[in-house]
Amino acid sequence: MKRVGYFFLYLALIVVALFQILPLIWLFLFSLKSNQEIFAGSPFSLPSEFRWENYQKVWDGGIGTYFLNSVWITIAAIIFTVLFASMAAFALTRMKWKLSGLVLGLFMIGLMIPIHSALIPLYSMFLSVDMIDNPWSIVITYTAYNLPITLMILLGFYYTLPHEVEEAAIIDGCSIHRMFFRIILPMTTPIMATTVVINMIYNWNEFVFVNTFISSEKYKTLTVGIQNFIGQYMTDWGAIGATLIISVFPIIIAFIFFSNKVVEGISSSAVKG
Amino acid sequence: MGLNVMNKVMSNKLYIAFYIAPAFILLMVLIFIPLLLSGYYGLMDWDGIGEKTFIGLDNYIEGIQDKLFWNSALHSFLLALFSALSLIIYLAVSIILASKIKGADLLRKIYLIPMLLSSVAIAQLWVKVYNPSNGILNSFLRTIGVENPPSWLADPSLVLFAIFVPILWQYAGFYILIYYAALKNIPESLIEAARIDGATPFQIAMRIKLPLIKEIVSVTIVLAIVGSLKYFDLIYVMTAGGPNGASEVMASYMYKLAFSSYNFGYGSAIGFLLLIITLIVTLIIRKVTETKEKLEY
Repeated sequence: MKRVGYFFLYLALIVVALFQILPLIWLFLFSLKSNQEIFAGSPFSLPSEFRWENYQKVWDGGIGTYFLNSVWITIAAIIFTVLFASMAAFALTRMKWKLSGLVLGLFMIGLMIPIHSALIPLYSMFLSVDMIDNPWSIVITYTAYNLPITLMILLGFYYTLPHEVEEAAIIDGCSIHRMFFRIILPMTTPIMATTVVINMIYNWNEFVFVNTFISSEKYKTLTVGIQNFIGQYMTDWGAIGATLIISVFPIIIAFIFFSNKVVEGISSSAVKG
Repeated sequence: MGLNVMNKVMSNKLYIAFYIAPAFILLMVLIFIPLLLSGYYGLMDWDGIGEKTFIGLDNYIEGIQDKLFWNSALHSFLLALFSALSLIIYLAVSIILASKIKGADLLRKIYLIPMLLSSVAIAQLWVKVYNPSNGILNSFLRTIGVENPPSWLADPSLVLFAIFVPILWQYAGFYILIYYAALKNIPESLIEAARIDGATPFQIAMRIKLPLIKEIVSVTIVLAIVGSLKYFDLIYVMTAGGPNGASEVMASYMYKLAFSSYNFGYGSAIGFLLLIITLIVTLIIRKVTETKEKLEY
């Protein structure tokens, strides 16, 4: 009886897993097929011939530019966010000043803001300093909007760092900057890794800022770029499939190698809200 | 003496400014100032490029009387309601998953995969899933004998439900992950004691597990509802609010006003209303869940 019960529990869990994964398997399979095969054949049949030329075609079609833009913008914003958030976490948890509670509160409020409410003013601000259609507007916007969540994830770890380390360093005549960059920051490597993974996912997937601030093809990132692409290959399902697989590939790879960090980061991002 | 030096260094105003300034300035300049400006631009008649003309509360009054805005707000709230209800499914799955299931770790990672993908990729994939002639959904429906399967995203009466399925798909892993972690924190001894007293697994779930993770459940209710009020990317790519406004939501309506009709003043007012609605809803849910806790403890 108990065994039968467990069988149904497993069945339920596996049905959910199939619902989560089958659309992606279908996507991968049709990215390697021709239209004929997609429309006539059964959806989950293996391609009669693996048409990697679909990938070749979209890569040659210019998706590489979007891909590289996504890469550098994602990395640049991660570096700024994690550095600035670490410095802020240090100031908020280790240094003594009256307004620290208020500043922390402002960052907390920053977690709840709907970004769309700030979109029009941001656009006009960037327009007035001539930074519309400039990828750096994207980098600093990503940095700012990921600061609150990154700071929240870091704070818990900073609170647990032992004070003795700083005391010893300062008494030995170490400057505060040396202490932060050479001692404290390296000690937070595990939690920084978590924030890096979370920032990577946010930045790589972000759409609305790029769609609003960037108009030149040469600066577009993948999320916006694939929109054009898909318009262009309207009826070529294989090409569309290949485009989508290329756009999600780095995230899937990161997940395979760092799944525990991703799980940890996403769980702690639940404080968001 | 050492501690004195330490205190002196750690309360040096220049050092404090150096460490907090970069993050604080970005927070102010790119998040708080634009939010305030949004309320201010809402008082203007402005096309985004030309002169701003002050028109008082006209835009806000127009917004409150705008049928299209309330139509989009209704859709946002429906999505919020669906999202809140879907938490029940996620919770049920998590309770099963946390009950000594082999492979639970692998399963929850599989559930999480859609959450990692961009809303744009998810939208494009589901546009294909729903494709009336060649999509996987209608292919399946035809195989099981449905002769005229619906054209999902083009059907005004179905489009909102059709959009909700990918939302469910995208966030399932996230909520299951959160619930699973909370459930795993419940001390095994409590559950064992109830079991010895003869409680059924269902009773244990309802009477012990749920009350113990109530706090995290209320956090997820806020996340699901407030998150839904902000939906944009997925809908913008899948339907752009269509057909004929049947899937328009608050954020997509605001976006259209500003960046398609160049009505920046009115768009800002709608954006500011979106902010206020979000904050009010957050406060209400927080309040409601708070009182409940006080009553029951």
